[in-house]
Amino acid sequence: MSDTVLFAPALVAPAAVRTCAHCGETLRGAPDTPFCCPGCASAHAIIGAAGLGAFYRRLEQTRAHRPEPLDIDFAAYAKSDGHGGATLELLVDGLDCAACVWLIESLLARNPSVTRARVHLSTRRLSLAWKGSTDEANAHAGLVAALGFRLAPYDTIAAAAGDDRETRELLRAMAVAGFAAANVMLLSVAVWAGHDGSMGEATRTLFHFLSAAIALPAVAYAGRPFFRSALNALRAGRTNMDVPISIGVTLACLVSLHEAWVGEQHAYFDSAITLLFFLLIGRYLDRRARGRARQAVHALLALSSRSATVVCADGSTTSRRVDSLVPGDVLLVAAGERLGADGIVSEGVSSVDTSLVTGESLPQPAHPGAKAFAGTINLGAALRVRVTAAGDNTLLSEIVRLVEAAERGRSRFVALADRVARAYAPVVHLTALLTFLGWTLLAGLAWDRALLISTAVLIITCPCALALAVPVVQVVASTRLLRSGILLLSPTALERLAQVDHVVFDKTGTLTLGRPELVAAPDDAESRRLAASLALNSRHPLARALVRAVPDATPAARVVEHPGAGLESDGVRLGSATFCGVGNAADDGRSELWLAQPGRLPLRFAFADRLRPDAAATVAALRRQDLAVEVLSGDRQAAVAEAASAAGIAQWQRLAELAAQGKRVLMVGDGLNDAPALAAAHASLSPTTAAEATQSAADAVFQGDALAPVAEILDVARRADRLVRQNLALALFYNLSAVPLAILGSVTPLIAAVAMSSSSLLVIGNALRLGIGGAKARRP
Amino acid sequence: MDSLLVLVPAALILGLLALAAFLWALRNGQYDDPDGAAGRILFDDDDTRSK
Repeated sequence: MSDTVLFAPALVAPAAVRTCAHCGETLRGAPDTPFCCPGCASAHAIIGAAGLGAFYRRLEQTRAHRPEPLDIDFAAYAKSDGHGGATLELLVDGLDCAACVWLIESLLARNPSVTRARVHLSTRRLSLAWKGSTDEANAHAGLVAALGFRLAPYDTIAAAAGDDRETRELLRAMAVAGFAAANVMLLSVAVWAGHDGSMGEATRTLFHFLSAAIALPAVAYAGRPFFRSALNALRAGRTNMDVPISIGVTLACLVSLHEAWVGEQHAYFDSAITLLFFLLIGRYLDRRARGRARQAVHALLALSSRSATVVCADGSTTSRRVDSLVPGDVLLVAAGERLGADGIVSEGVSSVDTSLVTGESLPQPAHPGAKAFAGTINLGAALRVRVTAAGDNTLLSEIVRLVEAAERGRSRFVALADRVARAYAPVVHLTALLTFLGWTLLAGLAWDRALLISTAVLIITCPCALALAVPVVQVVASTRLLRSGILLLSPTALERLAQVDHVVFDKTGTLTLGRPELVAAPDDAESRRLAASLALNSRHPLARALVRAVPDATPAARVVEHPGAGLESDGVRLGSATFCGVGNAADDGRSELWLAQPGRLPLRFAFADRLRPDAAATVAALRRQDLAVEVLSGDRQAAVAEAASAAGIAQWQRLAELAAQGKRVLMVGDGLNDAPALAAAHASLSPTTAAEATQSAADAVFQGDALAPVAEILDVARRADRLVRQNLALALFYNLSAVPLAILGSVTPLIAAVAMSSSSLLVIGNALRLGIGGAKARRP
Repeated sequence: MDSLLVLVPAALILGLLALAAFLWALRNGQYDDPDGAAGRILFDDDDTRSK
């Protein structure tokens, strides 16, 4: 684990402590040497002599965790345990590896009053308990935030706890089914081996009854998820794949019990319970993959919308918990921010994306006096909103709606499997019924023999490999992508990404890092503060860079944002050259903001943005994969066009144009003006540095400074697509080839077991091929 | 065949024990953080006071 070594030491060391020039370890004693030990000194000498000094600069970049300001009052989330202690559950964003876990736990444990500090890496959850009052919460949270981790209260995620319980129930059912399947199989193998006459009839019957004693309770317990689903479907007048599964399993148990009773040769207890076991595996994997995506959405929401900016009476702003807002509060809602409460716009003109609430896809205008609802996203200039209705309910219902919206887009492969199942279920019932009637009426077989054969048909046709085919591939693919820092947000993302033949990059923020820094500003501090006070009202990256550079500004009042142009307040304008009336500005390729004050010459603020380190290599790699690559950037044209969201519209039109040509476009973008384009594209990607609105419009987000994830996700998506098709073909082939045998009555329990297990293993093994080769591509 | 009367119950009891152990582990939270547990074994210091 090389990343453990790379980054743990420098984080804990405050600036004043001297650290080893090679390894970053804190220096103790020996004040005359910059190294902690002779080993480091010689390593440093070797690296220096080889001219590889850049190693240390890279090291610094990896270590450059920026401390995040604490903008949520965590004391309100801490719970008192009644014995002079308190507990707090936090979501830790930016948690990558076990070293982070160690760091956070060790740091918190230094404080003797902390009684428990436990980080869960899988769920990114920190459980904290300490002796003292709940007010100390902010001190503890601040310590973690100072390390560069973003924190949010965990209780929004707890909303998904019911889901967690269901997953556990599936896991328990799987364990019971697995235990029963293994033990019944043990007895069945003995019975099969005794079919040549070496096993007495009494022993066989004893074994059958033993199998029944194990299998029947297990089927009753582990089959509940299927029976429930089948009952619900039947009650609604529909049929799904759970109906033939339930009928098949129940029938198999009853027929086998009858066989055991009359002392016959064949009993299907093992088939029934093994079938349930395999189906439960598929269902558990599917549930877990979707739960993970759902949790990612919850985590994004928890991090972004749990605090709102409230404007106090004296004009200053504070951050408050969304659920502590009361009617009458005035909120400052920046562009791209989601509204935390229902209210009435008191200041500002903008447009609002209400699709989450009303389903209306076109942005709605917002102006003073207009109603604004919790869950809507401010697309344009900053708004001041007077709260009319607040409370947990608005936000929670919004979260539920968002997740449901994400859930509605289930993978088409799953939908394909569902469609297959819908057409398949009646065929299964019909085949089994015809087999039964054919054997009794035409062949004159006794009813219980015929029932045995049609039970075999039901068991053979239950698509247990089909149920595993898709979820296994999705789990392997998303695990592999997660390892490279890519988070799939939409369940259909992989499928759509696989079809992409055209890649469109937005220039800023995707090919470049999207972190513009102020490089040239007027000397006049008053103008800088004025510019920053306007910029505080915007989420535009240049405005935010300006705010970062000038930290002591207060937000200006009556600010109007002209999307794609700039901000205006009382005649003072901050924005593009045209917007500020600058005719022929010298274009040195840098992004710029102009500040125009009445009666004064416009002042220029210049920003520079770095190209992502592997941008050129990634574009070349994409070209090699026969993908058309193009770069769209609306940033500069926006200054020329009218006061409309020119950049977004230009991109949107270009995408519509490409779609009309039958191209399937992957849009990679991060800007707010990309959000419509991301939603319009066939598939979309966005870096985690993007605005909140953009991230929720994208199919997947990727972390880190490298652009390589774009090539990787396309590669993985294509291979996943291929594997899913192979798996579906394999599963269908198995079913088609086994059914005639079953109808003819030559499928014994032994053949059923072998066919079922081998096809399932084949499908799983095929899916696991996707995980090979991804291990090296670890997150930086 | 007499050996079956011992061996079959023995096999069943052993299987049941394994099942009970798994269900206990599940209830005890052993499966809550599979990723973290993998790395936790590498922490060799005792000053981290976790639960």
